Amino acid sequence: MSTWRRLHVKARTARGLLTSGPVTERHTWLHRHLPLCQSLSTSTPLRNDFFKDLEAQLAAMRKKAADALPGSNWSPFEINPNLPPERADIVIVGGGVVGWSVAYWLKKKEMVRGGVKVVVIEKDTTYSKASTVLSAGGIRQQFSLPENIYLSLVSAFFMRNINEYLGVLNEDPIDLQFNHSGYLFLANEDVAHIMEENYNTQLDAGAKVKLLSPTQLKDKFPWINTDGVALASYGLENEGSFDPWTLLNAFRRKAISMGVIQCRGEVTDINYTSQLLRNMDGDQVELRRIKSVKVQMPNSLEYQPVDCAIVVNAAGAFSGKLAEMMGIGYGPENTIAGVPFPVEPRKRFVYVVHCPNGPGLDTPFLIDYSGVYFRREGLGGNFIAGASPEESEEPDTSNLEVDHQFFEEKIWPSLANRVPAFEKLKVSSAWAGFYDYNTFDQNGIIGLHPLIPNMYFATGFSGHGLQHSPGVGRAVAELILDGNFQTLDLSMFGFRRILAQEPMLEKNIV
Amino acid sequence: MNGAVMSAPIMSLHRCYQRSALLFTARRLLSSSSVSPPPLHRRLLLYLTQRFYDVELFLSWRFQKKRERLEGKNAYYGYTKRHHGPDIATAYYILSMKGSLRYVGQSEWLHSKRRGKFNWDFLNYKDKQLQDINMSHTLINYRGMENLENQRSLRTLSLRGCPEVDDWFLARLHVFQDSLEELDISHCPRITTGGLAALRHLKGLQRLDVSSLPKISSPGLVVILLEEMLPQCQITATGYDYMLRQEGEHEAEEHVLGQR
Ligand SMILES: Cc1cc2nc3c(=O)[nH]c(=O)nc-3n(C[C@H](O)[C@H](O)[C@H](O)COP(=O)(O)OP(=O)(O)OC[C@H]3O[C@@H](n4cnc5c(N)ncnc54)[C@H](O)[C@@H]3O)c2cc1C
Repeated sequence: MSTWRRLHVKARTARGLLTSGPVTERHTWLHRHLPLCQSLSTSTPLRNDFFKDLEAQLAAMRKKAADALPGSNWSPFEINPNLPPERADIVIVGGGVVGWSVAYWLKKKEMVRGGVKVVVIEKDTTYSKASTVLSAGGIRQQFSLPENIYLSLVSAFFMRNINEYLGVLNEDPIDLQFNHSGYLFLANEDVAHIMEENYNTQLDAGAKVKLLSPTQLKDKFPWINTDGVALASYGLENEGSFDPWTLLNAFRRKAISMGVIQCRGEVTDINYTSQLLRNMDGDQVELRRIKSVKVQMPNSLEYQPVDCAIVVNAAGAFSGKLAEMMGIGYGPENTIAGVPFPVEPRKRFVYVVHCPNGPGLDTPFLIDYSGVYFRREGLGGNFIAGASPEESEEPDTSNLEVDHQFFEEKIWPSLANRVPAFEKLKVSSAWAGFYDYNTFDQNGIIGLHPLIPNMYFATGFSGHGLQHSPGVGRAVAELILDGNFQTLDLSMFGFRRILAQEPMLEKNIV
Repeated sequence: MNGAVMSAPIMSLHRCYQRSALLFTARRLLSSSSVSPPPLHRRLLLYLTQRFYDVELFLSWRFQKKRERLEGKNAYYGYTKRHHGPDIATAYYILSMKGSLRYVGQSEWLHSKRRGKFNWDFLNYKDKQLQDINMSHTLINYRGMENLENQRSLRTLSLRGCPEVDDWFLARLHVFQDSLEELDISHCPRITTGGLAALRHLKGLQRLDVSSLPKISSPGLVVILLEEMLPQCQITATGYDYMLRQEGEHEAEEHVLGQR
C-alpha cells in the first residue's frame, strides 16, 4: 500500500516538474522537433545552440528529478551550508589541541572507514582565546606522578614520529620546530628532597634526567647565579618546546582528511533525558543522558540541534560551562550531583623580553623555585618568561588584558637574581592566556561523570595540556571505542578522586 | 528506503572528493612556488587518490612498508647481544648498515665490502670497545642509535649525509658526552637549529662539522652561537653561500607576491 502511494507521489512530482518548465520553450520544442530530426548531420551553428540548450535543460530536469527522489537531501528551503549535520555519532565540543587529538584518534581507531561520524564544534576558528595557541609550548618529563611522566613519554614518541601519524599523503611534511633545549628545575634547600624523590620516580618511569649540584650547575651554565640553589634537575632527552599552532593544525588537517567534520558554532545548550534510580542506601540519584546539543551559529540567531550518542567535553578553560549545562554541582549537598566541577579559567601572562647579552643556544627551559620560568625564543636574543600568581592575587578572567605591573614586581626581580644578564632587558611584547585550571588538584580530568553516561571529559590539564594531548586523545578514544584504557591506564585521572575528595597533586606544579 | 541506501555511497564519495579538493587548494596556497611539479605518474596517482579511497590506501600502505623496512634494518640487535655481547652486536649492526668502525688501540678500519658483504673478523674482538664509527651515507635512524649506545669510549662519529638522522637523533647523542671528540653531521637533510641546541651536552667535543645543512635558516648566526656554546670546539661550516641564499629567498618572496 505504502509503496503504491510513494509511486503515486513520485509520478506526481515528476509531472509537476515537467509542467513547471517555461511554457514558451516547451512549445518551440514541440514544434521544431519533427522536421529537424532528418537534418541532424548538417546542423548549422544555430541548431547547435539549440541542442546545447536542450541538453542543459534535460540535465537540469534530470537533476531535479533525482533531487526529488526519496533519499536525497534536497529540500525546497535554502539551507545554510555551514550548519552542522543533524545527527552524529560523536560530538566533540572544543576544537583545541585536545579536541582535535581525540577526533584524530577516534578515526584512527575506527574499524571501518566512516564507521563513526565525528563532528568537532569550535566556536572561534581564529582561536583568539584558545589556550593551545597562547601557551608556552613546552614539553617535559619532569613530573612527580608516574602517569604524567608516561603521558609525556608517549607524546615525545608521537612527536618524534609525527609524520607517520599525522602526515597527509602528498602534503608537506610537518615540522614542529621542536627545540631540544631540555628543562632545568632549580630547588632550594626546603624542596631539594622532593626533587630527589621526583628524580627517582622519573628514572623508574624511563625518563632521561640528571641531577646537578650547584657547582656542576655553574660549570654547565656559567651565566646562572647559583645563590640559594641546593639542587638542580636537568632533562637530557625529549624535553624542550615546539610550535603549538603546528601541532594543532597537523591534528586538524589529518583528522579532516580522515573524515572528521569540522563545524563552526557554539554549544549553548544540551538536551538530555533523566532517569531516576535508587542507590544501595535507598537515596534517589538522577541519571542524565544527552540526546542532542544545540549549536548556535556565529553572528546569527540560527541554531541547529545535533542529535548524538556521545559528547566529548574538550572545551578547555570553559569546559565548566558545559558541566553546568548538565547540572553538575547543582544537586543537593553531600550527593554526587552536588560536587562542583572544578575546572575554571585562570589567566596567565607571558612576556617576551629582548636581552642580547642573555644566555645563548644552550638555554634550557628554566624553572626557578620562586615559580618564575623562562625559555629562549628564536635566535635573536629573545626570551619568553612568566610565573603563576599567588592564589589570592588571581587576575580577573573576564578579558585577556596583560598586567605589566606583574612583570615589574613579581617576575623581573627573580629573573635578574637568577640570571644577572637579565638586569638589562626590554619587554618587547606580552600576551595572556587561560589555563584550564583544575582547582581541585591541577591535573587532567579524563573519563565519564558517574551521573552522565555519555559525556566524556578531557579537560583541566592546568598548564600541561598541550604536551599531553597526543596521549590523552588516544586514551579518550580507547575509552569510547573499547570501553576501557588499552595502552596506558589513566583511570586515576577519572572523577572518582574528585568525588572521594582525594586530590592527586603534582609535587612540582608550574 | 532503497533510494537512501543507494545514494549513501555516492554521497560519501562526493564528500570525500570535496574534502580533498579543499585540502589541495589549501596546500597550493601555502606551499611556495619554487617546487617543480611532480612527475606525471605521481600526479596521476594524486589525482586518483583524491577520488578513490583504495588508491589512497594503497599509497599509504606502500609508504608504511617502506618505513617498516627501515625500522627493521635499525632494529635492536638483542639476539646478537645476548649471545655475543653488546660490543659484537654493535659491530655487527654497523657493518650490516654498510658503515665502518675501528677498535680502541687498532689502526685498521673494518669495512663492509661491496654489496653489503663483510669480513667476520670482528667476532674475534669480543668485549672490545669501539673508538671510531663511520656511519656516513647510511640509513641509521633514531632507533638504530640504540645499538651504539653502549660504546662509552667512542671518540669520533661520522654521520655525514645520513637521510634519517634528525634532531631527535642528535638529542640522544648525550650518551657519548664523556668521550666524544669529533662529530660530523654535515649534509644531513633533516637537521634543524632545534637539534643543534642538543649538542650542548658534548662538552668534550673538539671538532664539529655542520657543513651544508639545508634546513638551517640563518647559518651565520647559528655558527656563532655554536661557537659560543662549545668554546673548545673547532667548528667547520662550509657550503653555505650566504649571499646567494638571501637572493634566492628574495626571488621566492617576489614570486609569491606576484601570484597573489
Ligand atoms: C600561558 C600559558 C602557557 C602554557 N604553557 C604550556 C606549556 O608550556 N606546555 C603545555 O603542555 N601546556 C601549556 N599550557 C596549557 C595548555 O595550553 C592547555 O592545557 C591546552 O592547550 C588545553 O587544550 P584544550 O584543547 O583543552 O583547550 P583550548 O585550546 O582552550 O581549546 C578549547 C576550545 O574550545 C572552544 N570552546 C569552548 N567552549 C565552547 C563551546 N561551548 N562551544 C564550542 N566551542 C567551545 C574554545 O573556543 C577553544 O578553542 C599553557 C597555557 C597557558 C595559558
